[in-house]
Amino acid sequence: MTTPAPLAITHLTVAYGDKTVLWDITWQAAPGLTAIVGPNGAGKSTLLRAALGLIPSIAGEARFFGRGLAEVRNRVGYLPQRASVDWDFPATALDVVCMSRYPRMRWWGRVPKAERDAALGALEQVGLADLADRQIGRLSGGQQQRVFLARALAQDADLYLMDEPFAAVDAATEQAIIAVLRRVVASGRSVIAVHHDLSTVPSYFDQVLLLNGRAVAAGSIKSAFTPDAIARAYGGRLNVLEQAVAEGGLR
Amino acid sequence: MLGYNTLVVLAGCALLGLACGTVGAFALLRGRALMADAVGHAALPGVVLAAMLVASLGGNPRALPPLLAGAVIAGVLGVLSVQALTRGGRIREDAAIAIVLSSFYALGVALLSHVQTIPQAAQAGLGKFILGQAAAMRAEDALWAGGIAAFSVLLCLILFQRLRAACFDPDHARVMGLSVARTDLALLGLIVIVAVAGLQAVGLVLVVALLILPAATARLLTHRLPVLLLVSASLGALAGALGAAASAFESEWPTGAAVVLAGAIFFTLALLLAPERGLLPEALRRIHRRIAATESHFLRAAWEAQEAAGAGPGTAGDRWTPIAALAAARGWSEAYAARLALWLGLRGLVARAEGEIHLTPRGAAAARRAVRAHRAVELHLLGLGATDIAGADRLADLVEHGLPAEMATRLLAEPSALPQSPHALGPGAFSSQADTLGDSENATRQNFIVRPLRGREADGH
Repeated sequence: MTTPAPLAITHLTVAYGDKTVLWDITWQAAPGLTAIVGPNGAGKSTLLRAALGLIPSIAGEARFFGRGLAEVRNRVGYLPQRASVDWDFPATALDVVCMSRYPRMRWWGRVPKAERDAALGALEQVGLADLADRQIGRLSGGQQQRVFLARALAQDADLYLMDEPFAAVDAATEQAIIAVLRRVVASGRSVIAVHHDLSTVPSYFDQVLLLNGRAVAAGSIKSAFTPDAIARAYGGRLNVLEQAVAEGGLR
Repeated sequence: MLGYNTLVVLAGCALLGLACGTVGAFALLRGRALMADAVGHAALPGVVLAAMLVASLGGNPRALPPLLAGAVIAGVLGVLSVQALTRGGRIREDAAIAIVLSSFYALGVALLSHVQTIPQAAQAGLGKFILGQAAAMRAEDALWAGGIAAFSVLLCLILFQRLRAACFDPDHARVMGLSVARTDLALLGLIVIVAVAGLQAVGLVLVVALLILPAATARLLTHRLPVLLLVSASLGALAGALGAAASAFESEWPTGAAVVLAGAIFFTLALLLAPERGLLPEALRRIHRRIAATESHFLRAAWEAQEAAGAGPGTAGDRWTPIAALAAARGWSEAYAARLALWLGLRGLVARAEGEIHLTPRGAAAARRAVRAHRAVELHLLGLGATDIAGADRLADLVEHGLPAEMATRLLAEPSALPQSPHALGPGAFSSQADTLGDSENATRQNFIVRPLRGREADGH
């Protein structure tokens, strides 16, 4: 028997009110580094959020390592979009990273030293150990993104679902983040990331899911990330520039 | 001296303020401020109906427990109504809160005018619940307030981590398996309890302020959540005590208004004076930055005038430059440049004589730093492939002031040396009219009239 896929989605359909965003998605993510790519409004974030049970789905289900999420919560980490929280919140970078250790702690009292050290270790992995005590609102956008990454890492999960980990970060931060993700994958874990930049898909990721309301294509970069599939995913909306970038990335 | 009754009222109001300040901190962070308002207003029909019921059963309508029980039930009903309205996504939460708050309150007012016609119930003095009357507080009420304060502080401490996680990023907390729904329920319960407890003292119209003002004030003062809780609770207690004291000495004042005014004064002071986030310190910092930027522009112009005259980097300070030439170089009026020179003279950065200046050693050092930062940015931009030299110059003009010396060092190829300016120096170099190098080169030669330093007499300035 083969090991079950980190994430297997079957017949997932999601609607906001009358508007159906995801139609009958059936998709198995292979272990490794996977990108979810598609035009704006394709339902990329929705797919992650529905799989995690954060929004209700009309039909279908998501199974993690062959089980329901409730059974394997400690093996699944989530990195939401940076803009989804109030960065003016009264907390330091270390406070935020410690939050992902809460399920392991007693309810009251201070954060135990072991958990603090684990959180500090995660901050160090993303190169932010020096800024552990800085208020999160005073970090740059790229640093905030890395705090989120550190928080996910501190969860010590086997599968990470990341919603645009590269959104609005500079080139150096992007390189730092991809280096961390590669280390994560090298240690036998899996990462599924919503990604925007078609040109970097082939160099960053092993697998891809092209999404446009429906699953357009899925699989290894070589087999699924073809100009034809990209054009189908982006439809008429892929402008000349994006087309050029996409083809440039494929070369 | 303070009488026994006054002390009881003071203690009661302070404890209520403590409870409200603690719970309010989380209510504010979770975006539940308006929900507290809804609870307060929704409580009125509950209070009135409870009084009617007690009176019709022949009980004492002044007894507090049944009235507060009525308030809790109605408050919870109000919260549930808001949640029911928002569930379908048809009505947004702010609209739902406004609808529930006003409808429940209107119902309460209508019932209240009806109750005045029932002799037994009319004696209950229910009107005091609207604006609050802490003077009516008895010792056992103060004990109740103490119990509620202890309970809410304890619950907030026990739930501290859950509340923090749910307030900061509820989605992430959910994925980790923390039950945000249950945490939210606990928070709502706390809001209902402290809001109802505050009804007697502060009144249902203003109880929301006692929850939110201390928390909002604390937020301006700190960015650590434990400290924020402590400050918010203390400010709530202080506002409660001050308000009660004020209305004890000036019996015309409704306690609720006095308490909330005390809280509002704290908030205003924090808004103006908070060291990091206050308006006044921020304005001072902005003014300071602007002065510093203008100073460094002046000093840099003075330095570059030397360079343009052929003095060369590092030998500046040995020439006198007319202030008029600097004004022309920067596009300033001569009077403005003269005022700047006067200011810099007072600071000991330039020496002045007969409408001319030269840099003192300290001034020269500051000018060198400014020139270095400016050129570091300019050369960096040009190194990145910028071809618009005048544009690079203007951009560097804007950003150089935030550039620490270490950053300039990292940008420069030869950190110890001061690089040559990539463009000619002098008037026009800073304005878009002279984009070609030849033009500004000529302008430089014509306008910078720099003469040798006149011996030691300059040092006397």
